[in-house]
Amino acid sequence: MLALHFPPLGHIVDWPGFAGTEGAWYEVNKVVLVYFFAVVLTGLIFVLGNKKQLIPTGAQNLAEISVEFVEQQLIEPTIGHNERKWLPPFMLSLFFYIFFTNIFEIIPVIQMPANARIALPMFLALLCYVIYHGAGFKEHGPIGYLKHALIPPGVPVAMLPLVMVIELVSKFLVQPFSHTVRLFANLLAGHILLVTFAVLSAGLWTAKWYAVFLPLPAFAVIFFTAFELMVSFLQAYVFTLLFGVYFGSAVSHEH
Amino acid sequence: MLLAEITDTGLAAICYGLGAIGPGIGIGYLVGQSVQAMARQPEAAGMVRTTMFLGIAFVEALALIGFVVFFLGQG
Repeated sequence: MLALHFPPLGHIVDWPGFAGTEGAWYEVNKVVLVYFFAVVLTGLIFVLGNKKQLIPTGAQNLAEISVEFVEQQLIEPTIGHNERKWLPPFMLSLFFYIFFTNIFEIIPVIQMPANARIALPMFLALLCYVIYHGAGFKEHGPIGYLKHALIPPGVPVAMLPLVMVIELVSKFLVQPFSHTVRLFANLLAGHILLVTFAVLSAGLWTAKWYAVFLPLPAFAVIFFTAFELMVSFLQAYVFTLLFGVYFGSAVSHEH
Repeated sequence: MLLAEITDTGLAAICYGLGAIGPGIGIGYLVGQSVQAMARQPEAAGMVRTTMFLGIAFVEALALIGFVVFFLGQG
C-alpha cells in the first residue's frame, strides 16, 4: 500500500536554531528570521513611501493606497472620526507586519508563517489589549471606563449583576484570547493543509500505479497556495479591523 | 470490537467534525444574507462587506477554537 509518513506536528512548526546560536537565549531560527524580515519590509514601506511627489510613482503609490485603505476601510467604519495622530500609522504597521509574517507561508525556501507559532499572535493581541483598554481608561477615567465597559445601555437593574459578569469575562478575558487564537489557528491550519497535500504529492510520486492520481494533490497544493495568499491578507485585515472595533467600543461616547 | 479501537486521535477528529457544523451553518447564512444585501443595495456594498468580515471573524473563532482543541485532544 501507499506509505505516507505525515510528520508529527512538532516537526512542521519547530525549527532548529541556525549554526552558532543553538541553545542560546538569542537563538535565531526560521521563525525569528521571519520576524526580522517582516520588520525590515514594514520599515521599507514607511521609508520608501515617504516621498512627497505630486505624481506618485512606485513605492509611493503603494504607500498612498495602503494609507487610504487603512483610513477608509479600517478606521472609518470602526472608530469613526479619528483625531489621534498615532492611530493610522500604528494600524498601518500592524496590518503590514501581520501580512508580511503571514505571507512567508507561501514564499519558497522559507514557507513558514511566523504566526503559526502562538508567541507572535499572543504578543500582538496583548499589545492591542493594553492599547485599547489604556485608551479607554484615558478617555473615560478609571471608574468611568469600568462603568462604560461593564454596563451596556438600556439594561434593567435586576439583570445588572449577571450582565456585568458576562461583560467582564468577555471584554477582559475572552476578547484577547479569541483575538490571538483567530490569527494563530488560521495560519496553523493553512500550514498543515499545505504540508498535507505536499506530503501526499511526494508519496504518490514514487508509488506504483497510484501515481496516476498525482495531479489531484499537486493541483490542490497550487490551489491552496493561492488560497493562503488570500488568507494571509484577510487575517491581517481582520486582526487590524478587530483592533479597530475594540478600540472604537473602548473610546466611544454614545450611549 | 470496533468501538474499543477508537483512539484519542479518532475521537478528536470526530469532535472537531461535529464542532465545525455550527460555524459552517453560521458562515453560510451570514455570507448568503450579505450577498443578498449587496445585491439589493449595491451602494451599501462597502459597509456590508466590512460588517460581513467582522461577523465571519466572530463566527469562525468557534471553529478555530475547535481546531486548537483537536490538537490538544490528540494528547
